[in-house]
Amino acid sequence: MSSRLPIRKTYKLFIGGAFVRSESGRYDRIEGGASATAPSAGGVNIPRASRKDVRDAVAAARKARGGWAARTAYNRGQILYRFAEALESRAADIGAERLDVEASIDVLVHYAGWTDKFQPVLGGINPVAMPYLSFSLPEPTGVVGIVAPDAPPLLGVIAELAPALAAGNTVVAVLSGERPLPGLDLGEVVGIADLPGGVVNLLSGRRSELAPVLAGHHALDAIVDASGDPALAADIDKLAAESVTRVHQATPAESYEAATGDPLSRLEALTELKTAWHPVGA
Amino acid sequence: MATQEQRTSIVWDYAPAPESPEHVRLRDSYGLFIDGDFVDPVDGARVPSTNPATEETVAEVTFAGPGDIRRAVQAARRAQPGWTALSGLERGKYLFRVARLIQERARELAVVESMDGGKPIRESRDVDVPLAAAHFFHYAGWADKLSYGMGGRAVEPLGVAAQIVPWNFPLLMAAWKLAPALACGNAAVLKPAETTPVTALLLAEILQEAELPPGVVSVIPGDGAAGAALVREPDIDKVAFTGSTAVGKNIQSALAGRRIPLTLELGGKSANIVFEDAALDQAVEGIVNGIFFNQGHVCCAGSRLLIQESVADTVVEKLWARMARLRLGDPLDKNTDVGAINSREQLERIEGLVASGEEEGAVRRTVVCELPSRGYWFAPTLFTDVAPAHRIAAEEIFGPVVSVLTFRTQAEAIEKANSTPYGLAAGIWTDKGSKAFEVASALQAGVIWQNTYNKFDPSAAFGGYKESGFGREGGMSGLRPYLRVSAAAPDPGSAL
Repeated sequence: MSSRLPIRKTYKLFIGGAFVRSESGRYDRIEGGASATAPSAGGVNIPRASRKDVRDAVAAARKARGGWAARTAYNRGQILYRFAEALESRAADIGAERLDVEASIDVLVHYAGWTDKFQPVLGGINPVAMPYLSFSLPEPTGVVGIVAPDAPPLLGVIAELAPALAAGNTVVAVLSGERPLPGLDLGEVVGIADLPGGVVNLLSGRRSELAPVLAGHHALDAIVDASGDPALAADIDKLAAESVTRVHQATPAESYEAATGDPLSRLEALTELKTAWHPVGA
Repeated sequence: MATQEQRTSIVWDYAPAPESPEHVRLRDSYGLFIDGDFVDPVDGARVPSTNPATEETVAEVTFAGPGDIRRAVQAARRAQPGWTALSGLERGKYLFRVARLIQERARELAVVESMDGGKPIRESRDVDVPLAAAHFFHYAGWADKLSYGMGGRAVEPLGVAAQIVPWNFPLLMAAWKLAPALACGNAAVLKPAETTPVTALLLAEILQEAELPPGVVSVIPGDGAAGAALVREPDIDKVAFTGSTAVGKNIQSALAGRRIPLTLELGGKSANIVFEDAALDQAVEGIVNGIFFNQGHVCCAGSRLLIQESVADTVVEKLWARMARLRLGDPLDKNTDVGAINSREQLERIEGLVASGEEEGAVRRTVVCELPSRGYWFAPTLFTDVAPAHRIAAEEIFGPVVSVLTFRTQAEAIEKANSTPYGLAAGIWTDKGSKAFEVASALQAGVIWQNTYNKFDPSAAFGGYKESGFGREGGMSGLRPYLRVSAAAPDPGSAL
C-alpha cells in the first residue's frame, strides 16, 4: 500500500461552528520543514482572515452568547471536560509539541472544574443594614476577544480560552501569526466537543491587521491581549475605549502552572458582578 | 365545575411500562471490596440481598466481620499517603473518570437501585444516579482548588475516613460521602446499608474500571454491628454517618474523647408550611413530592404539613384528590409513583406509628389501592386532626405518611415548625417573597425550600440543625469535614 497517496488537510477558519475560507480569498503559505510539528514537506496554505471575517466571527459569537451563558454551570463544566477528552484523543493530530498539548488538556480539565465553583468563591451575600436579602454574583461579560501569543502555539490560546468559556463567555481568537496550525487544528477538536457553534471562533491571519478590528468592534465586550506586543497593546487600549470594552493584558502562559496559578483573576476579569436586592419581611 | 366524584371518575389506566433488567450485569455473589479487589471474608458471612418488591434475591453479598473491617482500614491506611501525594489535578482526573463511568452505566445502576431498594425507576433514573455522577464531577473539580474553597487557608487531608450510608439513597449517599473525601486526599472505608449494598458494590467495580489505586476506597457491606465496629476502629481519622438520630447519638458517644472529626446527617421531621396566599395547586404538587418521593424514605421529607387555617380544608381536599391518583406498584414500572417499602422491618415501624396515630385520635385516610401480593407495601396516608403531641407529629415515620397541622398566624407557623428536636429542612409556600425570606430566616433548619421541595445539587450544602446532625455535604462547605485547615496558604494553587 506504499503507493497510496495521502489525503492532505485543507486549513480553514472556524466561524460559527463551520470551517470556512476567508471571505477575502487571501491565503498565507506555511513552509514545510523537518521538525515533527511542521507541516509536510510541501508546506500548506492557510487562510488569511480579513476585517469582514472578524466581524462575521464577532456576530457568530454574539449570537451564541445567550445560549452558552444560559447553560447550567454543570453543563458547561461537562462540555469543557468533553473538550479535554476530545483534545486528549486527538493529541497526536495537533501540530504542536506533546508537552504543549498535554498542558493544554490539563488546563481545560482545571477550568472545567471552575464552572460551578467561581460563583460561590467570587460572589456572596451582602450583610446589608436593612431588612433585605442582598447578594452579588458574577455573570459572564459576553463576547471575549483573544489575541493569542506566538508561543506556545496551543497553550497560548487555551490558557485564555478556557477561563473565558468556563465563565460563560463566547470567544473570537486571533491565532498566532507564526504558528497558526495548532490553533487551526483546535477548531476540529472544538467541533466534536459538544461546544455549540459560535461559542469558539478561530481566525488565522495577520495579527496587526485583525487585532485592531477586533478591539474596536462595538459588539465585543472584553479583549484579552496575550500578544506581548507593546505597540499593539496601546492600539487595543485606545480602540477598546470607544465602547468601554474591558481590556486585559496577559503574559503568555508557557506552562500549566502559569495558566492555572491565579485562575480566579482570569475568571474574575471576564465577569460582571451583579447585585440583587430582595425584601425580607415588611 | 365537576364534582369531586365526577373528577375522580375521569381516570384512565396506564399500560404497564416496565424497565427491562436485561442489560444489568450482576454477579451471583459479591465478595468484600478491599484493597482494590473483591475478596472472600475472613470472618464475615454471605447473605442474600433482597428485592423488597418481590422478596427475591437480587444478589448474594458478603457482610464484613471484625477482621474484614480491620483489613479494610489497614488497606486505606497503606493507600492514603500515595493518594494524598498525588497532585490535586491527578486526583481530580480519577474522580472525573468515576463520574463518566457512572454516566455510562447509568441505566444499569438505576435498575439495580430500584431492584435492591424498591424505589421507583423514575426516581432512581432521574434523581439518584444522575446526581451521584454530578457529585463526583463537582468534587473532581475541587480536588485542585481546595484552598479556594477554604478562603485561602492551608489545607491537608485528615487521613482515613470511615463512612456509613443509609438505605434510602444507597448509591447517591455513597457518592456524597466518597467524592469529597477523595477530592480532599483522604482514603475511605465505606459501609453501605444492610438492606441495600448492591449498587455500592457496582460502584466498587466502577472504581476498579477507573483504575483508582487499590485501598483508596474499600466497600464493606454489613449491618449495624459492622458500622459500630468500624467507628470503633483505632486507626481511623474521620467518621461520616448518615442515618437515624438514635444511631448518630451512639456514634458521637462512641467517639467521645478521641478527637476524631465527625459528620452526622440524621433524621428529621421537617415542616412544610403552606400560607393562604400560596399558589395552592403548585403547593399540593410540592407536598406530594415532599412526602411521597421515595415512599417517604427521605430524611428531609416534608412529613409535618402546616397549613394556614383559612385554606386548610381546601388544601387537604386537593391533596387527597391528588393522592388518589398516585400509582403504587412495581418499582421497575416507569409509571410508578410509589414503590416498595425498603424492608419488612421498616414496614413494621411505619405500621406501628400509623396505628399509634389512630389510637391517639388523629383521623386517618389511606389511599385504597391494590397492593401486590408479595413484597412490602404501604399506601399513601394522610392524617388530619393531629395534635403536636401525637407521636405521628413528633417522631420520624420515614414512610409515605403525612401529618397535617394548622396554624393561624405566621408567628404560630414558625413556632410550630421549630418545635421539634430536629432541624433538617423546611418548605415554605407563599406568593410573597418578603414573607418567604422572613420565615426562612426564622426557621431552625439547615435547608429551606421556597415554593419547591426536595431539591438537591452537588453545589448546594445539605445538612441539619439541632438533632438532625452537624456538618454539611455539598458545595464548598462539603469539603470542610474532610480537611484539616490552618492559617493561610502561601500559594493557594500549590500542591492541593
